[in-house]
Amino acid sequence: MKLRILKALLRKEIKLMRRNPIIPKIIVMMPLMVMLVMPLVANLDVKQVNVTVVDNDRTDISRRIVADLQAADNIDVTDNCTSYNAALRTMDDGTADVILCIPYRFAADMLTAPEPLDILANGVNANKGMLGARYVAQSVAGTLKEIRRDSGIVAETTESSVINRFNPTLNFRNYMIPALMVMLIIIICGFLPALNIAEEKETGTIEAMNVTPVSRFIFVLSKLIPYWVVGLIVVTVGMVIGRVVYGLAPEGSIGQIYLAAILFSLVMSSLGVIVANVSSTMLQSIFIMFAVVMVFQLMGGLFTPISSMPDWARYLTYGIPPRYFIEIMRAVYLKGTSLGGLWLQYTALGGMAILLSVIAALTYRKQS
Amino acid sequence: MNAIVDISHLSARYGRTMALDDVSLQVDKGELFGVIGPDGAGKSTLYKILATLMPPASGGASVCGLDIVKDYRDVRSRIGYMPERFSLYKDLSVQENLKFFAALFGVSVKKNFDLIAPIFRQLERFPDRKAGALSGGMKQKLALSCALIHRPEILLLDEPTTGVDAVSRSEFWDILQSLKNQGITILVSTSYMDEANLCERIAMIDRGRILGTDTPARLVARLGERLFAARADNMFRLLEELRRLPQVKECYTFGANLHAVVSDDFDPQQAARMMEHCGLKGVSITPAEGTIEDLFIKLTANEQ
Repeated sequence: MKLRILKALLRKEIKLMRRNPIIPKIIVMMPLMVMLVMPLVANLDVKQVNVTVVDNDRTDISRRIVADLQAADNIDVTDNCTSYNAALRTMDDGTADVILCIPYRFAADMLTAPEPLDILANGVNANKGMLGARYVAQSVAGTLKEIRRDSGIVAETTESSVINRFNPTLNFRNYMIPALMVMLIIIICGFLPALNIAEEKETGTIEAMNVTPVSRFIFVLSKLIPYWVVGLIVVTVGMVIGRVVYGLAPEGSIGQIYLAAILFSLVMSSLGVIVANVSSTMLQSIFIMFAVVMVFQLMGGLFTPISSMPDWARYLTYGIPPRYFIEIMRAVYLKGTSLGGLWLQYTALGGMAILLSVIAALTYRKQS
Repeated sequence: MNAIVDISHLSARYGRTMALDDVSLQVDKGELFGVIGPDGAGKSTLYKILATLMPPASGGASVCGLDIVKDYRDVRSRIGYMPERFSLYKDLSVQENLKFFAALFGVSVKKNFDLIAPIFRQLERFPDRKAGALSGGMKQKLALSCALIHRPEILLLDEPTTGVDAVSRSEFWDILQSLKNQGITILVSTSYMDEANLCERIAMIDRGRILGTDTPARLVARLGERLFAARADNMFRLLEELRRLPQVKECYTFGANLHAVVSDDFDPQQAARMMEHCGLKGVSITPAEGTIEDLFIKLTANEQ
């Protein structure tokens, strides 16, 4: 009896979803667009740093520094100014990200009492300025080391080397691709059920449903199941694109990714149902959903690391479901962490899924 | 006791507004019962409570002997409710809507088709048309079919004829009559006073209170006053002049005429002469039959 009702409800949901002029297209197009475009666009790597050089020394050594700079990857010497003030103007114009100032008699004093080199970074784009200054400093340091070696002086400094584990090239893309799939599930599995139920409220069909003997658990289940399936499809499409287009395959097991995706889809769709239950129009439900999704995206560790948040915010993130899903996705994708190593995240996600789906069923009122 | 719907001292409120105030009603099995009242009288609230969509603030009601609060689940399979607003899935076809609702109630369309056959016949011509693309009258018939598919004992129809054209309206009442003949109890609400006479018994409701419950004829008899219909070339002036006469207790617009409630010493010929004397032309004042609407005006006027 119950199963037959659920089947009838699901058949209706699928028919309505397919006949909707927009929803099926969004379900297909959005993951494609996000996975194909976003990894290229949402990128924190700094590809080109424009440098203005003020060479007050004009010796072989200073010219060698500039030539090496020009030859370095990611660095482009765009201007060569005669005065410091002129160089500052290029930064004002926005043509220079970094200014390198080589002091007078730099070469002559280099081996005895070196004058410091000035590197000025444009902080308007904090990330670019910081990385740019570091690139320039690295390049100059390399040149100076060579010069010292050529003149037979052994460097006094100990060298340190950095090796990036799990993401050897520190490719931001590898960091983003698992996170983008999280974002897709947040949007598709969170918004669609909320809109779906709010729409039934607006058109009045929910009233006809409410006088039938359909129980609210069955009704809510019929709203959740289609979006689990959609969530799994989205993750599958995401993984295929990640592998084919970006050559990024999960290090860990695919089953683990699916398990996390199922739990997280359930969390998001339950949340969507709860939002629809407390709002009476589609507009209201959209606004509440936006507020929730915004917090999820900014506090879930999607773009900015949780470890750099203030303490109070870090504690808050324990209550934010995407935090766990993002951790699982990145760990499984990049490190290949096993289920045992992520039991905390899976338990938290599973607990939230159960809690929220129960709340979703309880807040659905058949009576006004 | 054969009351299939038994409402006693039912009250409902939205915030501070009383939507229903101590409503008591009995509807007998197999009756075609009308709930008549203007917009905002509380008809839809009464229906929502009977359909178990809203709990009453106080008092109670039973449907088929089942309490609407305690046994709300069982009540739902015994009633067929058609809300005021069209509430079927617009993107499902005629056939799909019917099958869907049948499945929810666990019945087969085929087994109960005899009940809806007379209504559904006109819809059968386009089984694959989307419900949203049907005309107003057709939507009404589809909604009624869906409300009937599980063979309910009681049909709750909330303003089914509002916004439906005159031909479809009279067709709809014929359908209700034939459903009644099949033994289904029907509770229909309307704000069209002329539809009152099509019901066996009616309850007049205004501002959440029942003004009277009886057959339409007996209710009209309660009017107990002489009534005249009047018309002239300038209706507005006629209204003003008639109201000035001491024998006229009440005068109001009624369709294309005016209705005047008068005392026993009112002489229509004399009154007509007086009106013509005032400069009105084509004055006619003739005795009129009282209707439910006249009663409504009388009862609600006393209240104010």
